[in-house]
Amino acid sequence: MAEATIPILEMKNVGKTYSQNGRSIEALRGANLSVKKGEFICLIGASGCGKSTLLRMAAGFEAATHGDNLMWGVPITGPGPSRGMVFQDYGLFPWLNVRDNIGFGPKSRGRTKAETRETVDHFIDLVGLQRFADVYPHQLSGGMKQRVAIARVLANDAEVVLMDEPFGALDAMTRERLQDELVEIWSRTGLTVLFVTHAIEEAIFLADRVVVMSPGPGRIDNEYGIDLRRPRDIASPEFNEWRRMLSSQLHSHHARKAG
Amino acid sequence: MTTLASHTEDETASAPETSWATTWWPRLRPLLLAVTFPAALLAIWHFSTVGRPGSLIPPPYDVWLELQDLAVGGINDDAYSRTLHAHLLASISRVYGGFALALIVALPLGMLIGRVPLIRQVVDPTLQILRPVPVTAWLPLAMIMFGLGPRSAFFLVFLGAFYPILVNTIFGVRSVEPRLFEAAAMLGCSGSAQFFRVVLPAALPSIFTGMRLGLGFAWVVIVVGEMTGVQTGLGAIIMEARQLSRTEIVISGMIVIGTVGFLSDQLVMLIGRRLLAWSPSHG
Repeated sequence: MAEATIPILEMKNVGKTYSQNGRSIEALRGANLSVKKGEFICLIGASGCGKSTLLRMAAGFEAATHGDNLMWGVPITGPGPSRGMVFQDYGLFPWLNVRDNIGFGPKSRGRTKAETRETVDHFIDLVGLQRFADVYPHQLSGGMKQRVAIARVLANDAEVVLMDEPFGALDAMTRERLQDELVEIWSRTGLTVLFVTHAIEEAIFLADRVVVMSPGPGRIDNEYGIDLRRPRDIASPEFNEWRRMLSSQLHSHHARKAG
Repeated sequence: MTTLASHTEDETASAPETSWATTWWPRLRPLLLAVTFPAALLAIWHFSTVGRPGSLIPPPYDVWLELQDLAVGGINDDAYSRTLHAHLLASISRVYGGFALALIVALPLGMLIGRVPLIRQVVDPTLQILRPVPVTAWLPLAMIMFGLGPRSAFFLVFLGAFYPILVNTIFGVRSVEPRLFEAAAMLGCSGSAQFFRVVLPAALPSIFTGMRLGLGFAWVVIVVGEMTGVQTGLGAIIMEARQLSRTEIVISGMIVIGTVGFLSDQLVMLIGRRLLAWSPSHG
């Protein structure tokens, strides 16, 4: 019952100011965001708009200077398994093979060997890496590494998956395949996803809701509910309509900033 | 039909020949290249020393005979015959003993210096000032502190192996990618658990490099260490033979140290390759 009313993630008037060499830099100001369980949210904006800062605060890697970060109404005080992070640079443990990377979380949380094994097998299947279970990260392609990173977070019972430009370093073909797979996994598992990207098309393809941010200082400008039916056709006129609209949104900031 | 048959015969006949060349030549080539240079050195050594009674350096064949005499006797039958195993054993035990002690001290110390700022601030400056002091400069002091004998040798070997292990351990535990701490934390591994599950495995390649360098230094230092008046050991026999102008024994000792040091390094490499199969630069 509570789940229906309390948002899984809530940011209330959140601000973040870094101090660097005596100068203070305002990375984020007055951000409000409320995420319902099961939602797929994309944060989009030019570099320096605070989208990664927002994500890292949701993860608990950084504390807010102002405002509240809440999960199920409880303040987020640090990183934890309920909020799994998928990094652009993967962050896999190079000394562990695929199986042990995915099993890292369950093992840390005191699961038995048998339980861990079962969980790992399930998620290796889910991301299609059965043949690579005993391979070390340096032998994998970028796409496969990112599959391991996703499986690792899912195997740890994450309720929210935070993704920081996860497909940004991949080639176009691999990126499209992983986008498809991510939507597939998301729709089957009822996960909540907070996804940072700077690619408009990616945001429209993935998100229930696109949050547009702008820099100087970083802030949230607008939110758009994407009502396109899934699976989405990136060549459809409706998709193009969204692309044009969001594109002009983002570019108006550039123009404003330049002027 | 007949032409066809003869064709296939030809091919089958020539097939083993080409496969012999393609399978063995690539393996033989590096071996031949590796042997060429020492063979040339040996030839130069031989022709510049053989048949010259006044030469202070004995020809290779004399050294070979001496090596045999040291190992199994039956040629000179003097005080040095059949003593090689005793000297070798003494040196090996000092090298590995000193190395093991260095490992026991340098590993935990390096991890503490690397991870605990307070300990780094207290201990590191002193260690950094002592580091450039060559091991040989410690020799007189070692003889005063530990007396003439094997304990001084042991100490010097310890010192020689200590710094490479320490420095590389500190480097290893300090240069863990920050991203990996974040990854561990969001997966539920935090605090001191991160030391064993992140810091230690991430530092292993660097620690391993330190161990390999340390063991190499231990073999270098052993000769100096055994000049401190010990009776047995490869360093001792080299120094003693030098005073007696038995240069063939000196060279024999050098050859044995070179060989054993090489084999010992190969052993460490073998262990490393198994332990660090995950690392692109080791596996």
